[in-house]
Amino acid sequence: MSSCIKLGHLLWYIYNIIVTLTQTCHRSTVHGLFSTHVQSGEGARAVPLAGHVGFDSMPDQLVNKSVNHGFCFNILCVGETGLGKSTLMDTLFNTKFEGEPTQHNQPGVQLKSNTYELQESNVRLKLTVVNTVGFGDQINKEDSYKSIVEFIDTQFEAYLQEELKIKRTLHSYHDTRIHACLYFIAPTGHSLKSLDLVTMKKLDSKVNIIPIIAKSDAISKSELTKFKIKITSELVSNGVQIYQFPTDDETVAEINSTMNGHLPFAVVGSTEEVKIGNKMVKARQYPWGTVQVENENHCDFVKLREMLIRVNMEDLREQTHTRHYELYRRCKLEEMGFKDTDPDCKPFSLQETYEAKRNEFMGDLQKKEEEMRQMFVQRVKEKEAELKEAEKELHEKFDRLKKLHQDEKKKLEDKKKSLDDELNGFKQKKTAAELLQSQAQQAGGSTTLKRDKERKK
Amino acid sequence: MMMPPPAMPAAFQVEKPVPGPGMGDFSYVGIDAILEQMRRKAMKQGFELNIMVVGQSGLGKSTLMNTLFKSKVSRKSVQATSQEKIPKTIDIKSVSHDIEEKGVRMKLTVIDTPGFGDQINNENCWQPIMKFINAQYEQYLQEEININRKKRIPDSRVHCCIYFIPPTGHCLRPLDVEFMRRLSKVVNIVPVIAKADTLTLEERDFFKQKIREELRANGIDVYPQKEFDEDAEDRMINDKIREMIPFAVVGSDQEYQVNGRRLLGRKTKWGTIEVENIAHCEFAYLRDLLIRTHMENIKDITSSIHYEVYRVRRLNENNTAIAHEGEDTHWGD
Repeated sequence: MSSCIKLGHLLWYIYNIIVTLTQTCHRSTVHGLFSTHVQSGEGARAVPLAGHVGFDSMPDQLVNKSVNHGFCFNILCVGETGLGKSTLMDTLFNTKFEGEPTQHNQPGVQLKSNTYELQESNVRLKLTVVNTVGFGDQINKEDSYKSIVEFIDTQFEAYLQEELKIKRTLHSYHDTRIHACLYFIAPTGHSLKSLDLVTMKKLDSKVNIIPIIAKSDAISKSELTKFKIKITSELVSNGVQIYQFPTDDETVAEINSTMNGHLPFAVVGSTEEVKIGNKMVKARQYPWGTVQVENENHCDFVKLREMLIRVNMEDLREQTHTRHYELYRRCKLEEMGFKDTDPDCKPFSLQETYEAKRNEFMGDLQKKEEEMRQMFVQRVKEKEAELKEAEKELHEKFDRLKKLHQDEKKKLEDKKKSLDDELNGFKQKKTAAELLQSQAQQAGGSTTLKRDKERKK
Repeated sequence: MMMPPPAMPAAFQVEKPVPGPGMGDFSYVGIDAILEQMRRKAMKQGFELNIMVVGQSGLGKSTLMNTLFKSKVSRKSVQATSQEKIPKTIDIKSVSHDIEEKGVRMKLTVIDTPGFGDQINNENCWQPIMKFINAQYEQYLQEEININRKKRIPDSRVHCCIYFIPPTGHCLRPLDVEFMRRLSKVVNIVPVIAKADTLTLEERDFFKQKIREELRANGIDVYPQKEFDEDAEDRMINDKIREMIPFAVVGSDQEYQVNGRRLLGRKTKWGTIEVENIAHCEFAYLRDLLIRTHMENIKDITSSIHYEVYRVRRLNENNTAIAHEGEDTHWGD
């Protein structure tokens, strides 16, 4: 009997322990005091919902916001001149991008970028197409890849600067980082050129490379398969990492993995339309037949469009941001001398750099200001001198004119005086003459009187 | 006044063109397929939402959280304590849950503040809360400055703070005004009138008007803030909301039979208050605002405005703080 009671007590004791333990377990998911922050994934329990809450509209809200904001996508086309890069872009996006075919006599590789605003239904896309001008045309091609790498780095740098700014506007920043690099391989049918290998090797850690065989209507089908195999094996043996279409999302895993096997895509580009059957299709017309661009038996254009735009555009953008940009950022910051080891001094060291950079910048600014001020003062002086000169001249002129005027006046006065004198003289003469005349009359009158008197006598 | 219905997803059901034997649609490039790609990515990643509830004890905060998310998400449901003691100082307790609806996964964190406004002397009771919010911003900032960053920085920043106003029917108390004034600058505040079933409709309207006036008079900008309206359409929608805040809510996690349907409500001797009936209380509007239509916007404002303000302050701190310390009253408290 007592043993039963003892057992009962023991069980009760154990039960209490279990209860307390579970209580502590529950409590452990409640983080008390703000110093222990909520950790993602840990301590979050799955809770069933008793009704429709409504947050399944979140993806829609997110998409809505993005639509209002617009999208941007930047493609870099690398390839020798004359491989049909511009034509392919025109065909892909169904528009006529500006520009004429470039000449082959460029002294170095330049990158020309053009931005276009495309709209389809309610989606606005800011598309930037960057073309390498003069790639592969030089006699000495050792430095060809440098300008391309520089360009890509500049875009990363611009974004990094914006991100490190104190007052930043990432929300409305126009992202110019290259999301996809289409590498155009010349359709030799044999293997990759060494220029291609070198360039791709330099670019694979900076950008998503999608190699494509350009003008592939120059290769026959059997040669094409051999060519593709050769290219892929060369890329692998040289350790070039091209972009693999992602296979982690079940909806697109299948199609992406099949497409991964079709790389590099053999494409043909054309913006001219030809009538086949009763439809107008984009095609290239030869005397021996017509190569239809959108026919999957003829070329892989549809595959490229599908993969590049319709299925993986967002993934390309994400990879650029999370992989290539982060790598660049890490290298750049480490170069500048930051480390992650001491969490305490991290923000401060950044601030120190800010301080230093700011001081430098202020110093530069002040210098420039001084320069400008001096230049300004100089200019003002010059202008002043000029104006003084002009003033002096004007004064002189004025004086001259005044003198002239006075002379004239004097002359006129003299003349007037003389005229006046003449007039006076004339008047005098006139009065004298009149006097004489009246005297003469009187005398005449008196003489007639006298004669009359004499007659009367 | 009806809320405008949430944006229907019909426009975003993108038909992916079937790649036929080569004769694709001529002028269709497929740029709008990016919407579908974004949606896929979002579904895969899941969402995070962090809500903080602030108010005196007994105002029904935990019940409201449970009602909003139709499950036991509040701290009280997780803690097995039978006695509820009002703590001597303000505690900040956060509980995380993984919830899923129609394939959309969300990590919801409810941050509770027991002890707020419950002491005799409530001076500076907002300080621990501000500290907490700033600590979350700080944590995010640290992660962001790291050289080796995580692929996806876990977002523990407080997206929205629901402030519970007791249904006195007169006006805001000084505590309410002080708190909202200080916190509206660092976090999105959504004020609600708690336990609104104690107010008649006229009293409610009067109270709301008084509250709105006082908020305006004190320069308190609650969510949706006027200055963050993006365009005319936004302004229109948000103006309608601004005319309705604060929402008068009633929370309940018990179902009753009303007119043959099972509804969430509170049963009293004089009738049953249906929580989701807009004629009875404005819970549905609050839910729609927070979850169905403006959730993304709330998160956006937190990350691109409040967080950026904090970041600017923090990064400028070492440079100019000493000179300007006296000016920022709400920062240096």
